[in-house]
Amino acid sequence: MNSVQLAQASNGAIYAAMITLAIAMVAFAVSFASGRRRVAAPAAAPAAVDSVGGGTALLTRADDEPSTLQPGRRSANIGMSLTWLAFGLLLAGVVLRGVWAGRVPWGNMYEFSITAAVAVLAVFLGMSTRRDLRWLGLFVVIAVELTLGLAVTVLYTEAAQLVPALKSYWLLIHVSAAIICSGAFTIAAATAGLSILRIRAERKAGDAQVTGWLARVPSGEKLELMTQRIIAFTFPLWTFAVVAGAIWAENAWGRYWGWDPKETWAFITWVVFAAYLHARSTQGWRGTRASLIVLAGWLAFMINYFGVNFLASSLHSYAGVS
Amino acid sequence: MSDVTMEVTDDASATRIDPGESLPPLGTVGLLRWLWKQLTSMRTALILLFLLAVASIPGTVLPQRGINPIKVNQYLADNPTVGPILDRLGFFDVFGSPWFSAVYLLLFISLIGCVIPRVRVHWRAMMAPPPAAPRNLQRMSFATDFVGDQSPREVLDVAQKSLRGWRIRRDGDVSISAERGYLRETGNLVFHLALIVVLIGIAIGGMFGWKGNVIVREGSGFSDSLTQYDAWGGGRLVHPEDLPPFSFTLSKFTVDFERGVAQRGAPRVFQADVTYRTSSGGAAQPARIEVNEPLAIDGVKVFLVGHGYAPHVIVRDRTGNVVFDDSVVFLPQDGNFTSTGVIKLPDASPSLGFNGVFLPTAAVDRVRGPHSLFPAPDDPALFLGAFKGDLGMDAGTPQSVYRLDTKNMTRIGLEPLRIGQEWTLPDGSGSVAFVGLERWASFQIAYDPGKEIALVAVGLAILGLLFSLLIRRRRIWVKVLPAQGAGSLIQIAGLAKADPGRLPDEITALARALGCTDDTTRQRPVDLKENA
Repeated sequence: MNSVQLAQASNGAIYAAMITLAIAMVAFAVSFASGRRRVAAPAAAPAAVDSVGGGTALLTRADDEPSTLQPGRRSANIGMSLTWLAFGLLLAGVVLRGVWAGRVPWGNMYEFSITAAVAVLAVFLGMSTRRDLRWLGLFVVIAVELTLGLAVTVLYTEAAQLVPALKSYWLLIHVSAAIICSGAFTIAAATAGLSILRIRAERKAGDAQVTGWLARVPSGEKLELMTQRIIAFTFPLWTFAVVAGAIWAENAWGRYWGWDPKETWAFITWVVFAAYLHARSTQGWRGTRASLIVLAGWLAFMINYFGVNFLASSLHSYAGVS
Repeated sequence: MSDVTMEVTDDASATRIDPGESLPPLGTVGLLRWLWKQLTSMRTALILLFLLAVASIPGTVLPQRGINPIKVNQYLADNPTVGPILDRLGFFDVFGSPWFSAVYLLLFISLIGCVIPRVRVHWRAMMAPPPAAPRNLQRMSFATDFVGDQSPREVLDVAQKSLRGWRIRRDGDVSISAERGYLRETGNLVFHLALIVVLIGIAIGGMFGWKGNVIVREGSGFSDSLTQYDAWGGGRLVHPEDLPPFSFTLSKFTVDFERGVAQRGAPRVFQADVTYRTSSGGAAQPARIEVNEPLAIDGVKVFLVGHGYAPHVIVRDRTGNVVFDDSVVFLPQDGNFTSTGVIKLPDASPSLGFNGVFLPTAAVDRVRGPHSLFPAPDDPALFLGAFKGDLGMDAGTPQSVYRLDTKNMTRIGLEPLRIGQEWTLPDGSGSVAFVGLERWASFQIAYDPGKEIALVAVGLAILGLLFSLLIRRRRIWVKVLPAQGAGSLIQIAGLAKADPGRLPDEITALARALGCTDDTTRQRPVDLKENA
């Protein structure tokens, strides 16, 4: 393939992924809508049946609840399959972009964004192989679609060589870690946001079942636990990404930390998620408050990505957008 | 796990006391203790963390002296009322301001006050066997019971064997307590202690480290002494006269720019070829410095941070004597290297001064005036404005070499010059010729003896973090009673704080190893006798 064909193939794969995701979004939305019609009865089967009759076996893990006969399940399955397909297409688009440019595809914001979209889907799909995450699909797909939409409209740049400052193996280490974090933080923000809504609905419902579309997402407590697990895995990786950046900065600019806006917002993100982890271990700060901290941390991460690249004069301004 | 409390110091909350429930007792000592308790409480730590995040934000919104002093002055000029107030409050040097320092120092004191006692507690917990099985195992978050065929002793032997990797306490043939995941707290403590070491590394760098900037023209040299630097800053404990005696010469600077359509003008290659000596008498060695590839000499690193053009200019006075013959460093003003520079000749008669704009690829239009279209010298031009009169250099106030003070000078004229052209000044005070073009490179030269300490500490911190977040501390108990007839009644229970992780699977595996099948559990609810 020559360079024009590679470019067309890469862009074509990205557009195809966007169309696939749009259909997936519809499928996930339909599954939520059909949940709304007949909700309460089958949605929550009593969990630990085993404990009746004097027996004491409590080993049942009431983890993955959406029990078998839920309405809208088929369209959710279609949504999942389409999401897998979109992931494959996106991955192909990113790889082709790298081949086209003759380097890792992380030289400008368009490339960061399409790779981040792959990362979000990878984290989501990876997690979905171990538990039922169909309820999360809609939110993930919306986030990815927004990212890609922004990438192809505002951020798009033709492939070109790297500027000397980016020519380093640290690009591979630092940027890949940061991109994986972007995927995981985004998923965590989705579960944290959902947990806030779900807990409010639970409180409103009192002893009764939660109705409406929120009946289809796991309990607030489970969403919070999920959020915590994601952050617990991602926080060390984010620490590593920041440290790798510092080592690279020392090598390129002669200082490992200079309070450049990018560095400062990375620090703010780190501190906010550190606060979240501490909050989770303190009684009064669990629940909705802790989830709000996750949203704040994600916001800081996004400000760092979009705000600093476009607004601030930073050593990290590699947007490549003119 | 609602009604069972775990006395394991699983994480910070165990020793970080939630304040608020007790009123401050009277007396100074009591008050101090109360304050200390407040400071080391988790709530205070949380608030300080948030403060640290919020306090950092102005540092990214407002210009900072440490990064861009010119922008700070611009801001002060644009905001004459708010600017000075912000300045006095330290908003243009956020990360060195007293309030920012106060937040992180308090945070570190809080951290020390919290972590040190936990080290002691954790040490004791690691030395001691796990606590004995509690009386009522059914109250634990995970519990199961069933009847096995083996005797109590055999059951406990098997359990002990299956629980390899767990810290075990066996109470005769009655019960086993097992605990694992101590590395969680170890990791947590290592992480927090490592953060303190990181801070120490930064402090050492701040006290003993230094860095300077210097612009070197092609063919020129630099030797490491304070007077040679354009800018230099060092810690309190640095002796500027003791800088390592290395020197280098910039023999060649290579630069290349993107000529394709995409990202046209973006830099592609920067290479500084130098020869350096580690001491004044030492042998000259060649080296190449690139972005991302600094040159290390005796622990001092030389980084390539910028470059630009230095037009070579010859100035003659009215009698034809050469009064200036050198290349002049021009500073780039935009991505296409439209550059500005000045020449000051106070000793010529009359005193002359030139304001210059250099354009590597020249263009002139009505809106933008003279500007450059491309960063490479494809069509170089030098626009010189000539002035005569008092340069203001005798007043004693230090002047920038990049600015001409034309307050007391008379304008002679303005002329664009190509390489090889000469301009005879219209008033007869002399002539100026643009004879050639050189490049310059700017280097940052830095020494930071604390960075290795910080790096090792940060590595330990990440390791500790992984342990503390991914390992889960948990306990399993096995209790056995002889059954009526043969065999035994077996109870297994487990407890974990917050996130149980794989604990249920571990309990199930242990139950299987002790002969439990799902059927036995269901069919034969066990009649448990209270353990005396």
